[in-house]
Amino acid sequence: MAPPGLPSPSPLAPISGSGGVRVKVEGLRRTFPGNVAVLSGLDLDVAPGSFVALLGPSGCGKSTLLRLVAGLDRAEAGHISFTPTLERPQGERAPIAYVFQDAHLLPWRSVLDNAALPLELTGVSKPERQAAARAVLEQVGLGDATDRYPAELSGGMRMRVSLARALVTHPRLLLLDEPFAALDELTRGRLDDQLRALWRKLGMTVLFVTHSISEAAYLAERAVVLSRRPARVVLDRTLELPGERSASLRTEASFAREARLLNEALEQGERW
Amino acid sequence: MNRSALRAAVPPLVALVVLLTLWEGTVRLLEVPRWLVPPPSAIGAAGAQEASSLLGAAVTTGRSALVGFGLSAVLGVLVAVLLASSRMVERALYPYTLFLQTVPIVAIAPLLVLWFGPGPRAVAVSSFIVSLFPVIANTLTGLRSVEPSLRDMFRLYGARRLATLWKLELPAAMPHLFTGLRIASGLAVIGAIVGEFVAGFSEGSAGLGILVLSAYRQLRTDLLFAAVLAASGLGLVLFGVVSLTGARLLRRWHPSAQGT
Ligand SMILES: Nc1ncnc2c1ncn2[C@@H]1O[C@H](COP(=O)(O)OP(=O)(O)OP(=O)(O)O)[C@@H](O)[C@H]1O
Ligand SMILES: [Mg+2]
Repeated sequence: MAPPGLPSPSPLAPISGSGGVRVKVEGLRRTFPGNVAVLSGLDLDVAPGSFVALLGPSGCGKSTLLRLVAGLDRAEAGHISFTPTLERPQGERAPIAYVFQDAHLLPWRSVLDNAALPLELTGVSKPERQAAARAVLEQVGLGDATDRYPAELSGGMRMRVSLARALVTHPRLLLLDEPFAALDELTRGRLDDQLRALWRKLGMTVLFVTHSISEAAYLAERAVVLSRRPARVVLDRTLELPGERSASLRTEASFAREARLLNEALEQGERW
Repeated sequence: MNRSALRAAVPPLVALVVLLTLWEGTVRLLEVPRWLVPPPSAIGAAGAQEASSLLGAAVTTGRSALVGFGLSAVLGVLVAVLLASSRMVERALYPYTLFLQTVPIVAIAPLLVLWFGPGPRAVAVSSFIVSLFPVIANTLTGLRSVEPSLRDMFRLYGARRLATLWKLELPAAMPHLFTGLRIASGLAVIGAIVGEFVAGFSEGSAGLGILVLSAYRQLRTDLLFAAVLAASGLGLVLFGVVSLTGARLLRRWHPSAQGT
């Protein structure tokens, strides 16, 4: 099954059982040289296809957690499992995508070739990967910028290319580490809307790290607030907000209440 | 050429004219002997008179320098890739590449004659040895300066070693690589001329180094000056070609080449 609602059906063979994956983190421990325990026995269970916001004080271990989940770092103890499993036969598309705080594009490549990179690295043929890249670029509203180079784009556009690159593999798990933090309020709001729309359409599991309480409340179904290092879960809450979200939500009482709860938890986590 | 480029060319041209006039005037006024310091007019005349032999010599030297530079470019990048492949390899070998930078080329030029025989081959090797190190050092810096997050991204997408080298490390190293090549281009000409001093004697056309030596023996200082000018002109041409190539390749993405 291809993810529903893609504008043009991707010529790529869809990942079997497309959609979200369940992520289960158990007793995760990570200590860096100098004996700073960043994670010591963290547990987290993320339902398939859910959108989870991760909040916590600076330096508490959010990026560390994301890197461990992505397999970019190894834990000393504990366990991360995915259901269905994400074991990937050689040459298959990567089921996990990662969006960093900076766009991290290759400056010597055009927008199109940047977005196509993950497919190129797994050996997808040029016409196929370019068609797929064009489709995702269209989805993030960059359909007419495919031939430009990163140096010729605004910060918001670069971030959208980065998002397109992450989505081009149709990941089942999307990890975002403060992706829009460097952008102005307006652009950020627009990208938030785009991200949420894409998630509703594609149905992957999303782990979204942010420092912004209102961004977390606006985007996520569930928010997890972590304490100071070593990170513990202070609050794990399913937000009582409608599925359909728009700018007017920010002025509603239910939104204010969720934001206040998150704020309280963050302050509590600082003192923990 | 546009206006601002023309305007930029005015100050150095004025400075040149002033300098040459002062030179000419001083030499004539103090009646400095020609074999000691020839006036610019005499250098110009000698250059015009010997134009064909100067040109021939420049072509000979240029050919050797080009071979030396080409070898440096290719082998320098290969060695840098090898050194960058692992910290172990780098630690084991990098100290010996430093040797290339400190070796007194004049002192080992006789060795080159023994090994390669007098002639263009030994000259090219001399040019190669002198210009190799900056290519290795700069390319290595470039390969090492890839952002860790970009490496992470390649890892996340399961990129193989060769793909990471080809699609990430080498392109990222390009600006540094071209810095190395620019330095090497000037050094290649110097290496060729030093090589010719020792190894340039052979049947066939003589290079600029030989021309300098024979002008010196005949005390034709004006011709000597003209040959020196031709040599630095040769270096400038090579440098210019390398710079332009780099600027073209990097134009659309690297700040160093923006606005070219
Ligand atoms: N590679 C590393 N080596 C040593 N220490 C590290 C390393 N990576 C992270 N740390 C330390 O681990 C702690 C947690 O880092 P991490 O980047 O996960 O925090 P974070 O929650 O993402 O913070 P922020 O919100 O500021 O991004 C920090 O104190 C940091 O100094
Ligand atoms: Mg972080």
